[in-house]
Amino acid sequence: MSSTEPVVKQVQIGGLVVLKLIKHCEEDSGGPELVQGVLLGLVVGETLEITNCFPFPRTTENSDFDEVQYNEYQMDMMRSLRHVNIDHLHVGWYQSSNHGNFVNRAFLDSQFLYQSSIEESVVLIYDPLKTAQGCLSLKAYRLTPKMMSMYDSKHFTLETIKAEGLSFNDMYEEVPINIKNSPLSNMLLLKLKKENPVPEKVEYLNLSHSSSLERQLRLMMSSVDELTQESGKFVQYQRSAAKQHQSKLLYQQKRTVENAARAQRGEPPLPEEDFNKILRPIQQPARIDALLAAGQVSAYCDKVSSFSTQSLGRIFMAQAMDNKD
Amino acid sequence: MADGRKVKVHPVVLFSIIDSYERRKEDAKRVIGSLLGTVDANSVTITNSFCVPHTESEDEVAFDMEFARNMFDLHRRVNPREVIVGWYATGQDITEHSVLIHEYYSRESKSPVHLVVDTDLKDTEIGFKGFLSATVGVPGKTQGMMFTPVPVVVDYYNAERVGIDRIRNRTQSRGNLISLPTEFENVLDMTKTLQTMLEGVSDHVNNVLAGSAPIDQKIGRYLMDLVCTVPHMEEDEFDDMLNSNINDLLMMRYLGNVVKSQVALNEKLINTSTIQTT
Repeated sequence: MSSTEPVVKQVQIGGLVVLKLIKHCEEDSGGPELVQGVLLGLVVGETLEITNCFPFPRTTENSDFDEVQYNEYQMDMMRSLRHVNIDHLHVGWYQSSNHGNFVNRAFLDSQFLYQSSIEESVVLIYDPLKTAQGCLSLKAYRLTPKMMSMYDSKHFTLETIKAEGLSFNDMYEEVPINIKNSPLSNMLLLKLKKENPVPEKVEYLNLSHSSSLERQLRLMMSSVDELTQESGKFVQYQRSAAKQHQSKLLYQQKRTVENAARAQRGEPPLPEEDFNKILRPIQQPARIDALLAAGQVSAYCDKVSSFSTQSLGRIFMAQAMDNKD
Repeated sequence: MADGRKVKVHPVVLFSIIDSYERRKEDAKRVIGSLLGTVDANSVTITNSFCVPHTESEDEVAFDMEFARNMFDLHRRVNPREVIVGWYATGQDITEHSVLIHEYYSRESKSPVHLVVDTDLKDTEIGFKGFLSATVGVPGKTQGMMFTPVPVVVDYYNAERVGIDRIRNRTQSRGNLISLPTEFENVLDMTKTLQTMLEGVSDHVNNVLAGSAPIDQKIGRYLMDLVCTVPHMEEDEFDDMLNSNINDLLMMRYLGNVVKSQVALNEKLINTSTIQTT
């Protein structure tokens, strides 16, 4: 963990995994809840190969699924898969997200757990809404070593953040993805393409984008709100810490004056009292939520700009076509 | 039994069948597994599958029913709507053992579909056929089973369609690796496809006009529909629309950049502030 070289330089996914991901998100998207699952595969040199995956059952508010059952399900599944020769090595997990809203505490916790037990694990974030619009949106992320060590220490104060030199950009890094198909799968793909060459329902060159844009904006607004809240908390803390510091100085001054007066009158000086017993020092609020909120906002901004690039491309294309007539 | 049913299969099922075939044990010649899906009035949709270990020799077949049951329970926890709708086998023949296995599956589901995926590449491509069973024979005496073919089509969700197009290897690279393109490249790709399609159509029209291709009324009607779907708009209206859309998008980009720089500024300010500790 002390090396600065990334452990995993790229991720290789089998075509089967991509399809299974899509299917799971498609069928389970009853509501805004996230779908999650486990990735199986192996590590070859600097490449993480993902060869299979299986989904987690969805937990609802009032379901009785808990840790134990989760683990049982996972163990059962992996044992059965081992019987049919499927790689049963855990290499990460996947999650669906709407327009990139995955940067939160739960994400951090899970990925930290995974990465501490299996060093090369990654998390695959899949965006079903974007894919339905025509661009397969699949990204692999890992936590940076800086983030890992900070999380380990469980101290999220300003000092630790400054010490690590962590900014909201450094929390997680993206790993490039390659898709690999076996020769038989390629033959199957050829046959499927032959049968059905024209995509009837997917609109790759769809020009209408306003609803999607609105949704993204709304998400961005709510995370900016969160960020302002956290900043507000921090500013409050700063102010009260400054006030406390002032009152401590005042108290010390009073003390010295008192003591000087007493020394003049020949009385013993008052004992030094610990200031901390009079006024409790205020706890610094954890900066981790602010960091996450900042990271989320920046993720949204990136998404918006890439979305607008795509839409601009489509519009200019339409304009060019129109000018031809 | 041949009640005119259609069988729709999703590509993920075919992929997992091929994957389990590739991972089969050394001496097994074919793999067998269960098919999960949903049944409705006139069609059966197969959406998932899993492989079941089995051993087969000349005169007997052993099939791990416990495993099949267990796996089905696990799968059902994730998606309670899926039920067992049949079973699959690779290879291209239906053997006597298939009859036994089919009988087992008839106990699990009402009229199971048997999917045969040809991985030996008999016709130089992977073929898949579906079969339903029908009992034949004289009533009262011993009955046999006949497998009647049933049409199988591949059905896609929208997102699956995108996924399939993406994982297809467009180039002839040996390494079989495909990287995910950026959004711009996506748009470029699709316009290229559109362009080839348009060229094909215009070539055909030119040929018909020149008399070298036969006149087909159906194609003519399709072309008519195509041309009519292009909305008729004035030049300025179209320009207006485009410009307002472009302005919206540019504004969004600007907003995104402003927010990003604001956040970075915020971070800088807070990180360089000092707190006087007591």
